[in-house]
This record gives sequence, C-alpha cells and structure tokens, in this order.
Amino acid sequence: MSENQTLSSPHLLGIRGLSREDIDLIHATATEFKDVLNRPIKKVPSLRDFTVANLFFENSTRTRLSFELAEKRLSADVVNFSAAGSSVKKGETLVDTVNNILAMKVDMVVMRHPHPGAHQFLASKIDVPIVNAGDGTHEHPTQALLDTFSLRESLGQDLTGKNIAIVGDIQHSRVALSNLLALQRLGANVRVCGPETLVPRHLRELGVEVSHDLDETVQWADALNMLRIQMERQGPDDSVRFFPSLREYTMRFGLTMERLEQASRPLTIMHPGPINRGVEITSEVADSEHAIILDQVENGVAVRMAVLYLLAQRRG
Amino acid sequence: MLEMQNQVLIPPPQFALILDRLAHQLIEHHDFSETDLVGLQPRGSRLAERLTARLKELLPEANVRCGKLDATFFRDDFRTHAKPLSPNVNDMEFDVEGRHVVLVDDVLFTGRTIRAGLDALLAHGRPNSVALAVLIDRRFSRELPIEPNYIGKHIDSIGAQHVKVEWAEEHGVDQVILLNEKPQ
Repeated sequence: MSENQTLSSPHLLGIRGLSREDIDLIHATATEFKDVLNRPIKKVPSLRDFTVANLFFENSTRTRLSFELAEKRLSADVVNFSAAGSSVKKGETLVDTVNNILAMKVDMVVMRHPHPGAHQFLASKIDVPIVNAGDGTHEHPTQALLDTFSLRESLGQDLTGKNIAIVGDIQHSRVALSNLLALQRLGANVRVCGPETLVPRHLRELGVEVSHDLDETVQWADALNMLRIQMERQGPDDSVRFFPSLREYTMRFGLTMERLEQASRPLTIMHPGPINRGVEITSEVADSEHAIILDQVENGVAVRMAVLYLLAQRRG
Repeated sequence: MLEMQNQVLIPPPQFALILDRLAHQLIEHHDFSETDLVGLQPRGSRLAERLTARLKELLPEANVRCGKLDATFFRDDFRTHAKPLSPNVNDMEFDVEGRHVVLVDDVLFTGRTIRAGLDALLAHGRPNSVALAVLIDRRFSRELPIEPNYIGKHIDSIGAQHVKVEWAEEHGVDQVILLNEKPQ
C-alpha cells in the first residue's frame, strides 16, 4: 500500500463523489482492519478522542449495528438517535436537529435519511464529516464498498472485464445505484436484471446493460447481486403493485439451484440482506458454497472502519 | 556557512558485524524455545527478518519465529500528524501469550513508535516479557521512558537530522546514513 494517501472528499455522500483511487484506498485500509477483527483483541485506539453520532431517520438493523461495531472497534464514543420518539416528530428541522447534536461536541455524523440528497444538503450546512448510511432510494455507499470489497476477495482484485449482474428491484434500491457506480469505477461490466416495472427507464444512460431475462443473465455473469423485493415500498397493506404476484416474480426472477446449474461456470452469489427466502433467492442457494452473503456482513464492519478512519484522519 | 555532507554512519562491513553481534547477544539471553522476534512495520521487520535468518544459521535446531507488527492504529499522533498515516500489513501468525518477545526496530528516536508497538503487541496476547532490539539508538532524543536492551550503535544527533537505514534488498547495499534534513 502506498504511503500517506487520503480521501479526496471530506464526506462520504455517495459513490458518485469517489474516485477509483478513493475506492482502492478504502479497500486497502479495510484489509488491514479485517486483520484487526480476526485478532484475540478486536479493538484499536485510533478514534479514542472522537465522538460519532448515528442518526437514523429511517429503520435499520444491520447497517446500524455494523456502523456501531465499527465505531466501537475504533474506540470512538457513540451516540445513537432514531427518529421514532424524537423531537423530529415535534416539527424540528433536519439542520436544527443535527446542530443541536453537534453542539454537544460530536465529531462525525453517520446518517440514514428517507430523502435522497438529505446528506448533500446537510454537508453544505455543517462542518463535520458526514457518512451516508442510505438516503431513500438514492445511494448506500458503504454497502457498495463492502460488496465490491467482497467481490474482489471472491473474483480477484482486478474486476476489469468481469460481468456483474444486479438482479431484482432496481427501482427502489439504493444498493443498486451505489453498486453499479462502484463496479464501473473498478472496470467491471454491469448489467441490471429485473421486471420492466422495477428497472428505471434512464438506467441505460449510465452505461449499464438492461435485461429482463434471468436465465440469460446467469449465462453471462461472473457474479450475481440479488436484491430484496422491498415490500414496504410497494404499496399499502402488503399488496404488490409492480408485478402481478410474488409467485410470478419468483418464477421469473427467483434464483434457484436449477437456474444456477445451467451456468457454464460457478457464480458468486451476493445479497445485501435482509433475505426474503423463497422469493428472490431460495434457501438452498443462499446457504450454498457460492454465496458470500455472510462474508459481506463480516466485511461490512472492516469497510466501515476504514471509511471512519480515513475521514477522521482527514480532519486531523 | 558550509553545508554539511550526508555522512555514512555504518559502512557495509561494519553493518554485517553489527548484525552478527546482535544475533549472538540474543542467543546469550534466549534459547528461542520460548522467544519470538517481532519486527515493527515497516522498517523494523526487515531487521527482524535478517536477525531471524542469522539465528537460524546459528541455532539450526531451534524454531525461530518472526512476526511483523503494524502499530499504525495504535499511534498517539493519529489526528495531529502532519501527513495521513497509512497502515502496513500486520503479519502475526502466532499468539505471544506466555512467550518472551524481542521487539525489533531499525531506529529508536522519540520512543513513541515503540510505545504504540507495545500496545499493538498486547492485541496478540500477554507476553511474559518484552525486550527491545534496535540497530540505531539516537540518544538524548527520547520523549518517553523507553530504553533498548540490544543496541547496534549509539548515535548522537540533532533533531533536524535523519538517520536512514538502507538494506541490500531495497537499496543494493547494507549501510546507515545520517542525512542533514529529513527527506520529503
């Protein structure tokens, strides 16, 4: 690893603001943190004089836990905030909420927010580093960084020319956009595959292939990133609005062992979680040796440690 | 004022003698059945590798183990250091629980790297004892109460000067140079 590098941006708002060198630096740093996480004592004192606020204006389990663990493994002090039961419900604005928290001497903000661009807006108002932990259906940069980190472990460090397909609900997925941007930065060929109603029309303009045929995509791909069907964004009362029925979705876009076995070579299977077993992916596939789903979760902590470490250092 | 020339502190023949002496001094105190060498990344691990190779020649029966320890995440100047600190590979294939450890670095200056190294070492277990071996001890410049047990050569230098250890593997020749200012 070359010495004394730093990120080009003071915030992590999205993959869009990162260069190839930034992604390589984050991945190289994450490799060292992964080593830390496999030691008898899984903690380093790098951020011991540092306080991080986790502001979750939208629900999260895995991302929030992963960030909190990453912060604690770096010895940072952590405060957590969720919108439910807070003064946000009393009509406080985002900037007021955050400024009140910063007045208590917080050094960094990790935020999830339902509105796309909320982080960009906030970055123009406050002067501490902001990490985007998901903004609506827009971006989820740390997920893309950990997905590409896991892919490089599985397929080799050089992803140039590798065929990666993102399958499922592209329309409602922040993981999809961040992933395809990150994969393109790393030189991979990206394809999205899903029902016509769940693939945004403008997507081809970003230079990705669009397919509506999973069987053909399985033949093409080196790796599949299976996205979750987001029931909560479909419509009220558990109804599905973007396809006739869950059963039909599973028939056409569910990843089964039978489908996988048609591939001419072994595929790497990813899923950002939480899994709807039996909908977008069968249990047999999710638990198979080709699935790196739990590696993704493990790598998530190391990658987030790298992001926090590099952003904290940039201030220093 | 005349500009001072960069000065060769240890030429190659003396360098070889010093490595040999350090290896013999280590054997004097350790039989390496319960002792491991741990080199501090990035530059101390080269010295640790060289010492390990020499020890293996001197003690063919012993299983001399050598780890590489990176203390970047344990430094006390993480947020005040002028340049960003990038980590190096940490390659510790063994735990040091209950072992004797000889920590190895090339140049001992303020002692802060060794302080961070001791913290980093504890993440790999609680050693029974830790000793310190250095090629160069820059005396009178310590900021912490840390002293080496095995010393290649003492050097009296002023703070602005920089001691550079060159290795045959990287620079073509084993030698130590005193530079009048820190290289950029």
